[in-house]
Amino acid sequence: MTTHAATVVAVPPSRTVIVAIALNTFREAIRDRVLYLLLVFAMLLIGASRMMSMITVGNEEKLVKDMGLAAISVIGVLTAVFVGVSLVFKEIERRTVYTLLANPVRRWQFVVGKFVGLLVVLGMNLLLMSSGLIAIVLFRGESPWMLLPAVLMIFVELSIVTAFALLFSSLTNPMLAAVWTFASYVTGHLSWSLLLLKERMPEGGLGRPLCQFIYWILPNLDRLDIKAEVVNGTALPVDFIPLSVLYGFSYAAVILLLACAVFERKDFN
Amino acid sequence: MVTMLEMEAKTSAPAGSTPVIELRGLSKVFRGHLGIGSTTGVDGLDLSVYRGEIFGLLGPNGAGKTTTLKLMLGLLRPDRGEVGLLGGTPRDPSARARIGYLPENPYFYDYLTAEEFLDFYGRLHGMPADERRKRVRSTLKRVGLAGREDTPLRKCSKGMTQRVGLAQAIQHDPELVILDEPMSGLDPIGRREIRNIILSLREAGKTVFFSSHILQDVEMICDRVAFLERGRLHSVGQLSKMISETVRWVEVSIRGALPEALMDSCVNQDDDKSLIRVDRMDDLPDVLASLQETGAEILSVWTRRDTLEDLFVREMDRPAGSEEVNR
Repeated sequence: MTTHAATVVAVPPSRTVIVAIALNTFREAIRDRVLYLLLVFAMLLIGASRMMSMITVGNEEKLVKDMGLAAISVIGVLTAVFVGVSLVFKEIERRTVYTLLANPVRRWQFVVGKFVGLLVVLGMNLLLMSSGLIAIVLFRGESPWMLLPAVLMIFVELSIVTAFALLFSSLTNPMLAAVWTFASYVTGHLSWSLLLLKERMPEGGLGRPLCQFIYWILPNLDRLDIKAEVVNGTALPVDFIPLSVLYGFSYAAVILLLACAVFERKDFN
Repeated sequence: MVTMLEMEAKTSAPAGSTPVIELRGLSKVFRGHLGIGSTTGVDGLDLSVYRGEIFGLLGPNGAGKTTTLKLMLGLLRPDRGEVGLLGGTPRDPSARARIGYLPENPYFYDYLTAEEFLDFYGRLHGMPADERRKRVRSTLKRVGLAGREDTPLRKCSKGMTQRVGLAQAIQHDPELVILDEPMSGLDPIGRREIRNIILSLREAGKTVFFSSHILQDVEMICDRVAFLERGRLHSVGQLSKMISETVRWVEVSIRGALPEALMDSCVNQDDDKSLIRVDRMDDLPDVLASLQETGAEILSVWTRRDTLEDLFVREMDRPAGSEEVNR
């Protein structure tokens, strides 16, 4: 088939397109009231940990850190699930993705741009929430810096949850996508129980290899949860954090690749 | 259908030109939930659009116009057939870099202002910041939104949103502009402005492909039109040949006595004024002669030609492929 001779038109580099989409995603998220509601709620929870410590006998320091980190993690996950799912769904539902993809934008660039934009939002959220917790810990005259590895691991965990949110929102409606993303988060934290189940399976059958296989497939989010170790001051092996970060980001990259593949084949009816 | 297209290509394609858009055997079927049931979107569509023309895609609701546009843009994958777009395919970003697209009833990012929105699309085309700034201003001015840079899109009326959408489609100076119902939601002045923009695009050598329900607009600006019906190409041809040269009937308005022989042709009578319908041009001299004989004053003679609406209704009534396309 011969259509009009192709004129050489420079297609913008992937970096330019991804940054543009990420910036737009960031703008959308920070202009969304839901994000601020979640942030206020997080700050209230972190503040509540200080109040709780005042009426608790003993281990006040642990309680503040424990509750604070838990609040940061929960609010971060809720933001990743709901904002992540709605951002892609809204693009499809409101058909803004039509005009976007009619431009020199490859579909994978759209997915990666959304992912990067959302990670920046989540990163900023974490920074704000962590600052609140650090301020409280500093106010109590304690050193807050050992909280930072836990916050970093929460960020790695959120990158996996965000990748799942993008994958599922490319596949189904936002309600189901949110449920599936949240289910991935929960099963990711319970994947260790598959190893227990495997031990109870009879030898020689299919059960054991199946349990092992599912264990490998599911995200091991428990590995990324070092809140208890940080709060209790338990020492971790030197390479634990770098390896966990590598594992987490690699896992997120694989899920993101899957999301790109799904989006690549999607028909916009 | 192929014969029709070949004929059309011979008679209405600009000499020596290569198509900007070429659809060959394009088919798309939408499967129902869990694969139960199916709806035909388009079926074996063949169509060529040439550089510098304004091409209108017409058809009743559900005829497959939007599906065709989506297939052309790569938003849908065809089940069969292929789409050629500016020397590439819709999957090719370098081809998409040279087109502009406005969807039907557009909804844009309502958290952005008009300037931020256009700036975002400028970024997607890799424009540097100062060029983006200049283009945003000049394009907003071109679509009649000068000074509205800071207006949030959520506060835009439907007509304003349509104009911002058109600005988005043309700000990167594309070779091919694809518009899905571009006049929708606009008042008469807005429609005229959009028509003028489309005409100015043609003057600049651009190709415009659009679908519309507003047949008057299509009639005013299109060089060629295609009629779609139930996903199939019904007919395609040069609009000037399809409608302007056919006089359907003549209306003669007179004051005074109506000759006996013309009583049956009188379609309206008001006091001493009568309106006579002459169905055949050949009969007109005899009618005028008999009116002069009776001494009636001829107030006006008005030839009624086909409008696009007449043609549209007629085309939809006849079976596809039963008539030559370029009369």
